[in-house]
Amino acid sequence: MTDVWLTVVLLGAVTVLLKSVGPVLIGGRELSPRVLGVVSLLAPALLAAFVAVQVFGGARELVVDARAAGLLAAVVALLLRAPILVVVLAAAAATALVRAFA
Amino acid sequence: VTVSPSYRDGMRAIAPIAPMAFLFSLSFGVLAQAAGLGQVAPIVMSATTFAGSAQFAATAVLGTGGGALAAVAAAALLNARYAPISLTVAPSLGGSLASRFLQSQLIVDESWAIAQVGGGRVDRRLLVGAGATLYVCWVGGTVVGVVGAELVGDPERFGLDAAFPALFLALLIPQLNTRKAIEAAVLGAAIALAAVPFTRPGAPIILAGLACLIGLRR
Repeated sequence: MTDVWLTVVLLGAVTVLLKSVGPVLIGGRELSPRVLGVVSLLAPALLAAFVAVQVFGGARELVVDARAAGLLAAVVALLLRAPILVVVLAAAAATALVRAFA
Repeated sequence: VTVSPSYRDGMRAIAPIAPMAFLFSLSFGVLAQAAGLGQVAPIVMSATTFAGSAQFAATAVLGTGGGALAAVAAAALLNARYAPISLTVAPSLGGSLASRFLQSQLIVDESWAIAQVGGGRVDRRLLVGAGATLYVCWVGGTVVGVVGAELVGDPERFGLDAAFPALFLALLIPQLNTRKAIEAAVLGAAIALAAVPFTRPGAPIILAGLACLIGLRR
């Protein structure tokens, strides 16, 4: 098998396992309140981390570039209570504009 | 009266980001083609791995001659977050083993974030409706990308990479309804940013997940 296909098969298998581990092992059962208290904080922690890394993350360094303008536009749109589509498009447009003129 | 969400509500909720996912996966098809993965392998990868950043990472490693094991290791690290994420979905996914297994494959960052209904709970129909929509866009985008590779330029011109954090920010705000949730968000972002210079891609997100342990504190 070539490196490409070996990668496709192994990565596919690993990802399928990672995504299914919770639902397959404990699917449908309630988590204990203590575990739920921890798990309920995973969403805000990861969402904030996604935002931070996807905006300021570079190759092993933190950078402020056109994506920061996109974040700023998203914040403004959210403050104006714009729908999600507008928030997303405002971020993309602001970033594209800065890239075009910077 | 609260009506429980339908699959269609999940599709509607993900609609703003679905075209972005299509373009993102189109650019994956273009890049994978350029990196020498051929036409069929990138499509199979999108259909089986269905996780953007991991696919880009594996392609980058292969493209620079890193070999299969290095490619899988880098990409698996990026996908390790799906283990704790799948745990949060587990209580909402009942039914037979096969149906739990199949539905769990529709977990991606965006479908999981869209399906949050508060208190750490995920709505199954929102998750499946959003996840299935993204899956079709993702595999379809890859097909268009590998076929029309030379017609498309650099997708970053369109600011695509800023669309995803904007979505996550929009989904984060309603989550910040308790003091602990705000603390977890601030701590998660701080851990991730602090880890970027010192770790491989993917590790900052996993380390940020540790912020949820403040839930153990009374």
